[in-house]
Amino acid sequence: MDYLGDLQAFLPGIITAVAGLAVITIEALKSGHKSAYWVTSFSLIVALFFGIQSLGTPLQEAFSGMLVHGGIAAFGNVIILLGTLFCVFLSNDYLEGIDHNYNEVYGMILFATSGMICLAGANDLISLFLGLETMSICLYVMAGLIKNEKQGAEGALKYFLLGAFSTGFLLYGAALLYGATGTTSIPGIGAAASSDLLFLAGAALLLIGFLFKVSAVPFHMWTPDVYQATPTTLTAYMATASKAATFMAMILVLSRALPSVEGLDWQAVLSVVAIITMIFGNIIALVQDNIKRMLAYSSIAHAGYALVGLSAATPEGYSAVAFYLFAYTIMNVGAFGVVAYYERNKGLDFSDVNNLAGLGFKKPMMGVMMSLFLFSLAGIPPFVGFVGKYYVFAAAINANMVPLAIVGVLASAASVYYYLRVMVYLYFREAHKETEMIDASFLYKGALVILALLTVYYGIEPILPFGGLMELITGF
Amino acid sequence: MLEIDWFLGISAIMFSIGIIGVLIRRNAVVIFMCVELMLNAVNLTLVSFSSFHGNIDGQIFVFFALAVAAAEAVVGLAIIIAIFRNNLTVDVTEINLLRW
Amino acid sequence: MLDSYFPILILAGIAIVLALLLMTLSRILGPYRPNKHKLNPYESGMDPVGEARERYSISFYLVAMEFIVFDLEVVFIYPWAVRYLDLGLGTFISMMVFITILLIGLLYTLKKGTLDWDLKTNKI
Repeated sequence: MDYLGDLQAFLPGIITAVAGLAVITIEALKSGHKSAYWVTSFSLIVALFFGIQSLGTPLQEAFSGMLVHGGIAAFGNVIILLGTLFCVFLSNDYLEGIDHNYNEVYGMILFATSGMICLAGANDLISLFLGLETMSICLYVMAGLIKNEKQGAEGALKYFLLGAFSTGFLLYGAALLYGATGTTSIPGIGAAASSDLLFLAGAALLLIGFLFKVSAVPFHMWTPDVYQATPTTLTAYMATASKAATFMAMILVLSRALPSVEGLDWQAVLSVVAIITMIFGNIIALVQDNIKRMLAYSSIAHAGYALVGLSAATPEGYSAVAFYLFAYTIMNVGAFGVVAYYERNKGLDFSDVNNLAGLGFKKPMMGVMMSLFLFSLAGIPPFVGFVGKYYVFAAAINANMVPLAIVGVLASAASVYYYLRVMVYLYFREAHKETEMIDASFLYKGALVILALLTVYYGIEPILPFGGLMELITGF
Repeated sequence: MLEIDWFLGISAIMFSIGIIGVLIRRNAVVIFMCVELMLNAVNLTLVSFSSFHGNIDGQIFVFFALAVAAAEAVVGLAIIIAIFRNNLTVDVTEINLLRW
Repeated sequence: MLDSYFPILILAGIAIVLALLLMTLSRILGPYRPNKHKLNPYESGMDPVGEARERYSISFYLVAMEFIVFDLEVVFIYPWAVRYLDLGLGTFISMMVFITILLIGLLYTLKKGTLDWDLKTNKI
């Protein structure tokens, strides 16, 4: 075996895992030492560097076929690491603000990230399961971070019970696929695919497990509760990086292990799920007063848009999903980041949209950035959210799924209402009372500014002469 | 030597008992035990398929499933303890601050 | 098919006979002076009689939780230990890395005091 080559192939994952161990050791030896945060940020920057470097290389196997690297897996790594890095930058200030800045949080983030990288490059059901669970278990811990409040513990319990329940389905699906084909390797399963009952049942259960994790309707019940109960910057991490990793794994599994077998029409299933997810997520989001719950339902709806691209089942569709996840990650981390900025101030519950009244003029920079991220989430040009949606719906139309694209466009038109509602509160309502706003650190604001710049840049990048992120993804 | 159908049948029954338990029980600890039952039913499926196919992949999968289930159990018990300390109950119908 | 269970029957028979024999011998040969405490049922230091829903110390949970984790990691070490001479240096290094990770986890729990049995000094 070529150990060094394997290690190099999985370098971002190894860096994050080693850094996680380092953070835990630091916490064990010197409790609460600040260096844990710096180790975390530095290791994530280094991992991101290596991740970007492997962009554009062809898809290759490593660890005797357990993992793949390069190609779309490399792009998945970049999305995950980008999302994680910004969440860590935001978390430091925010968690300090709510008095929950434990070093363990960074350890958990790093372990979860290495699990996500394993998941996004899974080439075997074992590594898929291992990556998914490494990620999920760390996320359960993060959801229960505010353990002394009823709400926090309740969110963690719901997340844990439903997450473990869905793990059972995923594992059973994997077991049946193994039984039907005699191998756990994803390309091996694809090669031995048949339309016997065992294989179909396995594929269906595996899909149910995945749909739970990406919170598609009707498997979404946990999402709003968990997102509301978790500290906001960690919610951002949960909503973006973990979803990106799971979708990346879905792309790898669907495109390589489940070819079109007679009787297994997962495209139709996914398109139905996509339609109900988009409609349901957007409609319930309309009536939410809590901005974190609103963003949770919006994240359900966004999972629906990504499923549109998946159900197209073409290389174009898969790369559109990958780009969409990139877009979703940067704009959603940004939106949660601004909410966290408001929420750091005690006294008022700033996750209630009514309490945001008048804050747009009070903190002009934050107001502008919030509007920008929300515009992008709503899919208004010239922001990255629009480009992502455009690619996804175009892929669906090219795959002869016009009704799906029409529902998607209508649903995203409806979503404009609740995104704009936040802006109406920010700018066109009188502030209730004078509230003192604590200013965030330079790094916090800098991270948000970079996210805003990325949102704008990748919104206009496709029409720039030197652009080409989409070309890079389609080249896998 | 029994046929594989029997093993698959009993693990499917165990899995279904687990699902029903998760859906109808109200005690968080019991729900969690039912989830563990589901995972162990899957382990039985994997081991019987492994012996049926004559390759070792399924048994290796069981090792990982066991280790992961143990880690999950620890996190789950910790969360349930936190719930009990806050609410003095582990009845999931009484843990209902978050809805809609 | 049932023939194959015959050795188990023999084993059970021997076990029963041996247990009865030893109990009888010790009763005949040894001194026999019963008192109240000796006749109490013994259950690992816990009071065996009483309310089933008794609350007991959180330390039990912590130790049990750590036991589950560290106990099950052995499923990876054991197969390796059986065959490690054939598996070569790479596998040895991998297993050392694995054990190091476990050690870091153990260090963390030790330093956080979760294995500290004395409740007065326990920080959790």
